[in-house]
Amino acid sequence: MAPVLQVKDLHTEFFTDAGVVHAVDGVSFDLQPGETLGIVGESGCGKSVTALSILRLIQKPGRIVSGQILFKGSDIVTMTGEEVREIRGKDIAMIFQDPLSSLNPVLRVGFQIEEAMAAHQDISGKDVLQRAIELLKRVRIPAPESRVKDYPHQFSGGMRQRAMIAMGLANSPSILIADEPTTALDVTVQAQILELLRDLNTELGTSIVLITHNMGVVAGLCSRVLVMYAGRVVEEGPVEQIFKDPQHPYTWSLLRSIPRLDSDRHERLVSIKGIPPDLIKPPAGCRFNPRCQFRIERCKHDDPHLMEVGPDQQAACWVTMRQALKSDGDQRA
Amino acid sequence: MISPATTDIDFAGGTLATEQVSLWRDGLRRLRRNRLALGAGLYLIFLVLVCLVSLVWTPYKPNLIGACPTYALPTLAHPMGCDDLGRDSLSRLMVGTQVSLAVGLATALIVLGVGVVVGLIAGYFRGAVDAVISLVINIFYGVPPLLVAVALYVLLGAGLVNIIIAISATVWMDMARLARGQALSLREREFVEAARAGGARTGKIVFGHILPNALGPIIVQATFVIPIAILTAAFLTFLGFGVPPPTADWGGMANEGLPSLQGGFDPYILLWPAVALSVTLLAFNFFGDGLRDAFDPRQKR
Repeated sequence: MAPVLQVKDLHTEFFTDAGVVHAVDGVSFDLQPGETLGIVGESGCGKSVTALSILRLIQKPGRIVSGQILFKGSDIVTMTGEEVREIRGKDIAMIFQDPLSSLNPVLRVGFQIEEAMAAHQDISGKDVLQRAIELLKRVRIPAPESRVKDYPHQFSGGMRQRAMIAMGLANSPSILIADEPTTALDVTVQAQILELLRDLNTELGTSIVLITHNMGVVAGLCSRVLVMYAGRVVEEGPVEQIFKDPQHPYTWSLLRSIPRLDSDRHERLVSIKGIPPDLIKPPAGCRFNPRCQFRIERCKHDDPHLMEVGPDQQAACWVTMRQALKSDGDQRA
Repeated sequence: MISPATTDIDFAGGTLATEQVSLWRDGLRRLRRNRLALGAGLYLIFLVLVCLVSLVWTPYKPNLIGACPTYALPTLAHPMGCDDLGRDSLSRLMVGTQVSLAVGLATALIVLGVGVVVGLIAGYFRGAVDAVISLVINIFYGVPPLLVAVALYVLLGAGLVNIIIAISATVWMDMARLARGQALSLREREFVEAARAGGARTGKIVFGHILPNALGPIIVQATFVIPIAILTAAFLTFLGFGVPPPTADWGGMANEGLPSLQGGFDPYILLWPAVALSVTLLAFNFFGDGLRDAFDPRQKR
């Protein structure tokens, strides 16, 4: 099947007074129809900028410098402003991290959903209200007939995110980009929102790009995952594969740093030493090398690109965990 | 998991909020608690009523010369006395509200229209658009209001419309700056980005999303424009650049009353319009202050 979205060698840079920040530096990926793709990485690795770039929402001083973003074959990067506006919210919808601040506080929730529809469809009158109520029902907001008239502050956190999702679904988009949709919510509500997204994915066949720093969220929803570090994709593959057998040392460390409920209480939490690199002057060679415990000489000057490391799995690493753990074992033996 | 599908929090019928209070109703409630603002509001309602009544009825014709003896002191038949031409002062004072309110409201509306639109555009688009608009604003700040009024008087002659244009041209900048500041800060809010991500057109973002959020301070600013406009109009008429006689106007009445005060025979001719003007200005300012307090989110109780 042809991918619904193809990102090819995307470079997004921010031209600040301190220098050019290479926030997204050569990211490529495909999104298949109906697929749920997770993009993970720590703060500042470029995952949100990637998402915003897809809808051309990058604001000054940022700019998409090069690359292609092909939506059903046409390049979003070179479209006119009006063409991009047509796609936003209609073909590709986006929901944001904090549902309270992404809803307009002085407008009724129902009105905002109606507006999302009116931006792309010529509809009027009672139909719109009915559609808004249906959408609220679809995202499982109780008593949608009365809730449709509420203001955002009368909604709970989880309901606000549901309302945001309802707005996102208003024009039945083929792709839903969710930028940390559960970060501002507490754990039980998180689970509900993820379940809702999963159901929408299976019921409507909407492709979902889920951006998060939470590995658990990825495991719960996504079929494929992209691990980003310092503006690059460092590993990509099916979720089970990545979780079971990560090949990039960064992915491996990231998974090891997740606290486990069944771990010994006295065990110290594993962390990745060091801080993410300065994206104005990224380190030479592999960008992860200063923090990598499996670094070899080559990593310091030779920049690795994504290489096949397993069935449908790619990693940008000269060493790969398979070899690293083997040689580690050899040394100990 | 136990049925996570149904709800977040669902209390009978899904209402968690204790009171269904909108931002506006909340503000109005606080406004009602403010005695001074409430009194001012009542006075303003009274003023509007007087104005409406004066359109159809006044005790005497306001321009009727010789309705009573010139310089007559207040009597039962003429509660405010008569002016130098023997016109009934109460009737003229009542009719004077028409000019004052017309100037105040018209100016406020023009300033709202021009200032808000220009300011929102500058604040939303930033960059070159903002630079040009800000420059124009600063140029207008540099022009003395009296000069504009006199220039218009010379070019177009005297008249109500010209006063309104002249005053609007000298007070719209404050509103533009306020709207610009609001747009500058609101455009960075996430709901604006969300609207953009939803494919909203630029006009919709500026006037459908940013404007409603800026409406509180804008309305408050507009209520402060009204007294400034009324005062300036009265001042211009007092100087002779405003509404031409014989139209009854508080500024013009004050002007007519001045010689008689200097001559020492009838202080009332000057007193009535001066008092009416002062109380009206105070009322608008108190009301505006009350509005500002009521809609200031930091004072939420």
